[in-house]
Formats: sequence, structure tokens, C-alpha cells
Amino acid sequence: MQTNHHKILTANVHHLDQHLLSKYEERGGYQAIRKVLKQTPEEVIQEVKASGLRGRGGAGFPTGMKWGFVPKNLGKPIYLLNNADESEPGTFKDRLLMERDPHLCIEGMMIAAWALGANWSCLYIRGEYGYPAVRMEQAIEEAYKKGYLGKNIFGTTFSLDIVVHRGAGAYICGEETGLIESLEGNKGQPRLKPPFPAVVGLYGCPTVVNNTETLATLPWIILNGASAYAKIGTEKSAGTKLFSASGHINKPGVYEVDLGYSLLDFINNECGGIRGGKKLKAVIPGGSSVQVLRADELEGVKLDYESIKGAGSMLGSGGFMVMDESTDMVEACLNLQHFYSHESCGQCTPCREGANWVQKIVGRIYDGAGTYSDIPLLKSVTSQIAGHTICPFGDALVTPVLSFIEKFPEEFNTRIAQANGIPTFNTGEELSSQVLDAVSENAKNVAANV
Amino acid sequence: MATGKSSLSIIGKQTFIKYSDAVHSEPKEISREFSSRLAEIIQKYPSKKSAVMSALYLAQEHYGWIPLEAIRWVSEELDLAPAHVESVATFYTMYYKRPVGKYHFQICRTLSCMLCGAQKISDYLKEKLSIEAHTISVDGMWSWEEVECLGSCGTAPMVQINDVFFELVDAEKLDVIIDKIKKELPDLRYHTTSGELGTGMSDFPRSQVLGLDLK
Repeated sequence: MQTNHHKILTANVHHLDQHLLSKYEERGGYQAIRKVLKQTPEEVIQEVKASGLRGRGGAGFPTGMKWGFVPKNLGKPIYLLNNADESEPGTFKDRLLMERDPHLCIEGMMIAAWALGANWSCLYIRGEYGYPAVRMEQAIEEAYKKGYLGKNIFGTTFSLDIVVHRGAGAYICGEETGLIESLEGNKGQPRLKPPFPAVVGLYGCPTVVNNTETLATLPWIILNGASAYAKIGTEKSAGTKLFSASGHINKPGVYEVDLGYSLLDFINNECGGIRGGKKLKAVIPGGSSVQVLRADELEGVKLDYESIKGAGSMLGSGGFMVMDESTDMVEACLNLQHFYSHESCGQCTPCREGANWVQKIVGRIYDGAGTYSDIPLLKSVTSQIAGHTICPFGDALVTPVLSFIEKFPEEFNTRIAQANGIPTFNTGEELSSQVLDAVSENAKNVAANV
Repeated sequence: MATGKSSLSIIGKQTFIKYSDAVHSEPKEISREFSSRLAEIIQKYPSKKSAVMSALYLAQEHYGWIPLEAIRWVSEELDLAPAHVESVATFYTMYYKRPVGKYHFQICRTLSCMLCGAQKISDYLKEKLSIEAHTISVDGMWSWEEVECLGSCGTAPMVQINDVFFELVDAEKLDVIIDKIKKELPDLRYHTTSGELGTGMSDFPRSQVLGLDLK
């Protein structure tokens, strides 16, 4: 049974000609911006606040509130940046929007720009997204030709320029201040906050950085009203969200679901269940930087910010990765730590050095060269990374490794035990007293620690 | 390709281009066309410096990678210190600090692709092309490397060839792709000069993000 979810973002992505301005307009496009231009920016901000829309890039911060931080009358230009860096492993939802419905992304940017008083806006797209970048560039060009971008849009005083800026393969540029640094022509190393970008952002001017999906939601909210949007989903998690599902499932892809939808139903219905009739082992619900959840923890969990948080993880970017029973969790953990070690921008020592060490330690456990002190060592190293860096990358790299160890201690301990010539003790069979005796006191301490 | 044959040294089946050799090879001079394109790009930004990433892409389009000449060109065009331009060029992985093959394969290795068999793709490609990662085949045609998440997790495993995604690949599909490249020498690059993606091998879908073909 497939549940009928609202189609706010994906109503038209199945039309293969949706990227053309004429087709977008035929299907109701560019009506929201016409409506918005008759309202005051304050009214638009109020509307977005009332809708309960939260940032879809990962943090889930209320969008209207973020806009409200921008100081008025500073005498400086205000910039709107569309964050399409989408580099969080497991996430490929914005790509769908940009490829299939680029004008929706543009109209969303126009609405936000009007609300904020921005006249220059940039779509920062990850460098690897060549095809989506071309789609966006073509759509923007078409919009300029039609007079929908540029000066005096729809005969009003509103002017807006949009530039597509291609990144060049740095995960950290998805962090808003890293993105700003990169756009200014520097290494994409994040800035210390405060000051927040809303006050001191691009070229020292007030800047709002919103995720592509967030912005693409705006036309629907404007046309249908904040209360209609707030009615969808749950009380605190309003609306729909795109989930990009991947891993050991039958039907990977991007799905738009009403927030508050059952996580297990999502796996069984939208994702088509687990591949090859195997059993579900674990899920990473919101991109690689959130906690992994074991299959037995998923009962009753809903796809919304609060419910997933209650289960001990985060909704994040909606990068939904599913692992079946055949998955080696130490290998999966190592894979992610390799990613973080590679992507650390190198600015803060705890992260630059720590990411490397965490990868090495997990690596030696995986290689069968781990020692009993490795798990406490990992905890010690990670405790010196999290919270000790300029940006949240440090926390993002620590979260998966700690959760993998916490959720699957037996897999780590087995590797370590094998490396030290002790029979394994996670076979699921009853442990013989002989085996238990063989487990050293140290090993027991390790097990007790995790 | 900026390198002559003299800069190749062959060890067994593997071909290395030493960085020092590559740096000292003589690249052809960058044309006016690139300067005028860069001037257009600069106009789009509130600040000239913001064009440094596009400028590096332009230089890479010309040289095939980022030799010292590219750094110099960008720094002159944008009035930036060469050291600053180099700091940017070395920060981002998509600027090649050494030459790559005419067809550069990037295999995604991160979790979703790993779960769907990315390692097999790497192993197969290594054997098929008979070269190690980060090295170039003797004829200058091929090179490959493993990279981090490319945002194609739903269609894993996948490989990016130059600037084009090839999704849901397996050994058989790779054979077809490689044969086709040999035969057609397709244009698979993103052209910063025109803002267009090469039209080579257009019989392969450019994106399969939903599992549906989209050309």
C-alpha cells in the first residue's frame, strides 16, 4: 500500500519537458512570484514563518526566523545564496529538483530575494553536478530572455540577477560560511560564528543561505497559503520532505513524503523493501553525519524532526541509507571515516588531525590489527574533536563513529578479539564458559564501556 | 595533454608521470578567447575575486590540468597573488594538480556505492585499463581514481567520466562504455567557455536520478 503524500516539490518532475519555461508556466509556474510582488516583504516573511517551513539542508532551522535575523537599513546590499552543494553522502534530492524542475528553483529564489530585499543571488552548485548546472543555467538564461530575471521584473521595481557558481569538489562548502568563503574566491574554510552570515556574510554584507529544497517549497506556500502548508505533516515538522533513498533497497530514488510518515512504511512501501529478501540491519536516516539506527530501534519511528531525534538520530538532509544483514558495520564505519578524513578542510587541528587518527584506528580494527584499548582510544580522540572546531564538521565526523560503536559493539569487539587470538563471542550461540574465560579482563571492560 | 613522451616512465605495467616532470613540461599558451570569456564571468559577480574558481576551470579546460602557467594566468587576469590562486587550486579536488588521461574515470567509493559494489567496479577498471589509480595509460587516454560521494547514491554504483555521470554500472556496461569511447572519442566535458556539457555518447542517459531515463 502506497500512501498518498502531498506533491509540493515533485508534482511535475515526471514531465520530461518541465525544464522549459513555457511548460513550467503552463503548469502553473511563475504565478507565486506575481502574487508575491503585490505583497510587502514583511508579509512574505510572516507567511513563511506561519507555514512552519524548516531548512531542508540538514539543520532544520525555521526558515522565516532565519530571514528575520537580517538587519534592515544597514545601507549594504543583501545577498541570497541557494545552497546546492549537496555533498552529504546519501543525499541527491536537490539534484532532482534542479534537473527536472529548474524554474521551480528559480521562482523560489525570486520569492526569497523579494522578501529579503536581495537583488543579487547565487546558486552554489557542487562541481560534480555538471548536468544539473547546465539545466539551471539554461533555465536562468530563458528567464532572462523572457524578462523574468534582470531589471524591473513583471513591471515592478524588483530587480534580480542569479548566477550559477560551480564548486569544485569540497564537502565543506556546504557549510554556509565555507560556502561564502568559497564564493568570495578563497579556500572554502568556514568562519567563526558569530557574527552570523545574516549580519556579516558575503563581502561583509547581510547574507541568507538557504537550501535548494527549502527555496523550491516557497512557491507552493505562497499560492496555497501558510496554513495549508502547516496542516501537512506534524505540528512541529510541517510540510513534506524529499528523502533520497539508497543502499540495499529494491527501489532507490527520491521520494517526497509528508513529514510524520512511518519510517518502516517508507522502507517497505516507497523503497520497495530490502533487496534480495534479506533482513534489514540498520538505517542512516539523514545523511552520513547522523547516528545510525539499528533495525530493532525503528518500530514506531516517524519521518519527522522530533520523532527521529527521539529515536536518537537526526532527520538531517534526508539522505536515507539502508543496510541489510550482510553489511559489515566496521567496514561501513571505516568507509565514512575515510570520507571525513578526506574532506576535513584542514583549518582546525582537532578535526584535521583527529579525522585522520579516527580513520586509522577504525582502519586497524577493520584490518584485524586492533587492540583492546582502541575503543576507549576512539572515545578519547573523538571527545577532543567534537565541540572543539570552528564548524560542525568535527561533530559530524564524530557522530557516525560513536554511533556505530555504540549500536554494533559486538562487531567491533569481534574483530579486536580475533586480532588478539581470542575466539569470537558474538556468534549468537550460547557462550561457553571456556570462551568467556578466554576473554581477558580488559576485553570485558571494553564491552562494558560501549 | 600537456606532457610529452619524455616525461613518462614505465614501471611494469604502470605508467607514472612524475609531478616534477609534469610541472616542467611546456604547455601551449592560453588563447584570447579564454580571457574574454573570463571577463564575461567577472561581470556577473559583485567582486572580481569571486571569479577565481571559474578562472581555474577555464585554465583547466585549456591545459587539461593546473600547471604553474595556469596559476600565473589566473593571477594575472584577476590581479591576485599566485600564492592565493594556488591555495585555492590545491584546496579543491576537481582542479587536477597533475595531468589526467583524456578520459578520467572517477569511481564513487562512499557508503551507498560501497553497499552496492563500488569495490568491484574499481577492481574491474584497474584490470581493464591495466593502470593504477592516479596514473595515466601510456597512450594518454585513460586514468582513474576513487572519489568521495558524487551524489548519485540511488543509482549506485556509478562512475563519472570527465564531467558526465554513468550510473548503475557493472563490468559489462563498463566494457560497452570503454569500447564506445575508443571508437567515438566522445566529448564528455563540461565547457566553462560555453557553459555547456559535452554531447558525446548521448545515447546513454545523462541522469537516472529516479531510475528513469532522462536525456
